[in-house]
Amino acid sequence: MIHPIPSGTRDVLPDETREVRAITDTLRGIFQGHGYGEVYTPALEYESVLARADMAEARPAYRVFDESGAVLVLRSDMTVPIARVVATRYTSSEPPLRFCYFAHCYRGVRPQRGQPRELLQAGIELIGSPAPQGTAEALTVLCHALDATGLKDYRIGLGDASLFPALMASLRVPEHVRAGLLDALVLRDFVGLEHTLAGSGLSGEAAELLLDVPQRRGGPEVLADAPAPADEAVTGLRRVHELLEPGVAGRVIFDLGLVRNIGYYTGAVFDVYDPALGSPIGGGGRYDELLGRFGRGLPAVGFALGVDRLHIALAGEERGTGALLAGAEARLLDGAEQARRGVRVPAEDVTSTAGESPR
Amino acid sequence: MSPTNGLTIAVPRGALFAGTVDLLAGLGLDTEELRSNDRKLLFEEIGVITMRPSDVPTYVEAGAADLGVTGKDVLLEQAAQRPGEGGREVYELLDLGYGRCTMVLASKAGPDPAREALRRLGVMRVATKYPRIAARHLEETGRQAEIVEVKGSVELAPLTGVVEAIVDLTATGTTLRENNLVVREEIVVCTARLIANPVAHKLKAAPIDDLLEQVRGLPASGG
Repeated sequence: MIHPIPSGTRDVLPDETREVRAITDTLRGIFQGHGYGEVYTPALEYESVLARADMAEARPAYRVFDESGAVLVLRSDMTVPIARVVATRYTSSEPPLRFCYFAHCYRGVRPQRGQPRELLQAGIELIGSPAPQGTAEALTVLCHALDATGLKDYRIGLGDASLFPALMASLRVPEHVRAGLLDALVLRDFVGLEHTLAGSGLSGEAAELLLDVPQRRGGPEVLADAPAPADEAVTGLRRVHELLEPGVAGRVIFDLGLVRNIGYYTGAVFDVYDPALGSPIGGGGRYDELLGRFGRGLPAVGFALGVDRLHIALAGEERGTGALLAGAEARLLDGAEQARRGVRVPAEDVTSTAGESPR
Repeated sequence: MSPTNGLTIAVPRGALFAGTVDLLAGLGLDTEELRSNDRKLLFEEIGVITMRPSDVPTYVEAGAADLGVTGKDVLLEQAAQRPGEGGREVYELLDLGYGRCTMVLASKAGPDPAREALRRLGVMRVATKYPRIAARHLEETGRQAEIVEVKGSVELAPLTGVVEAIVDLTATGTTLRENNLVVREEIVVCTARLIANPVAHKLKAAPIDDLLEQVRGLPASGG
């Protein structure tokens, strides 16, 4: 007999559950060790409450009605629910506040490997700690957590959500062109960006800068060469980088074109890449204006890891057959060696310690 | 290091094959076996894998290839139709210029049967291999349409009365003319595009940028 389950969902059986648990137990140990208390929130929320946040691409995809006709949604991330919790349950607590979570979120994506519609996220939110200290702390917790799981070759792409808008503003890009340029960037469509720029009436110099800057990524030299209008964002990134311990700093790839497809990010944003997986394992960034929309204006930063993706990357590294792994060693950026020397990778291999949580 | 800087490139078989192989040869790659052996799929020694054009985004998105060449028609057909739907997560880096084709709406010569159907029956039937591009175009131009997806010769559908119009890619218009079809609307011009895996784009930034610069330096081909 066939009893189907919805597209993009799946059953997790004991062997896989053991491995996933080992990963989440490891992450939980690191998060709690850094002072992040675990929270649960309802999977269902009122649509009108979550709509206070600008979720853009990640807006909730599943809606139901309750008995009184109110529209409920299945949460699409944990950042917005935690912002709600802070604004309603921690109205007068002295910041900073630290939370971590392990929770399923629901998105209407095209289901594929590591991209389920029901996805298990592990993450932290650091509320009330401004840039650059807060950002540096989040990146440090992120790297400590990934190191503890045994992931070896990952990198952190670090950019700033305000950089491209600032660049457009300083180059006097007409208002009606800006949304189109940003859309092309979010869609990773540099050809579309080039075509839109060509038809925008901007000077050749300005158009070239707007096409070139978001394609710059690499080591600290990327920041050194950045154009003047990007100064504020670049200075912010440099300050964050200076606060990082060597093992974390060595993981960073600066990416002046990094934009995340969630609307509430305001400052530094980051993605986690591993050569064993063709898509990011997770990411995060600063959302300094989100809490204000819920009534408690505090700067904040956080990240979420896709636990399934992390699991796939760990398994790929273990087998040495990941997506981009073949011969990848020689081609990684210089930061790679630096990071490998700076970071002690724990001896335990999470995916092979079935059932036990290595701490 | 090899001319492709150790990168793996997904090369489309079919109409874009010759232009792509010429491009690789222009970069200094030894393409002799690639040209002569059309059964082999994996050319590890030169970092090339071959496949049909519509599969290129799939392999690049999964990271099986760092870079790939495919038509804009393929990318448009596989793009997200609505926000949040999730299109292909690949970078579109460069318009390579060759393989220039136009996506058109065509119908039988004479009075336009599609217009007639729309006026009298309220809906036009359209056969295509590109159901998403066709549906989007007709939606954007405010016409109701019934999309009939076919895999083989699209020109057959209007000749047999299955549909009133087709949406298809045409380079010279010869096939359309031979089947007594005329172009009614040009929807979009499509050329070959260089795409990249999003993780490779970050982790292999230097070799990718280096290759981009080499490609930009080559004499332009096509249009």
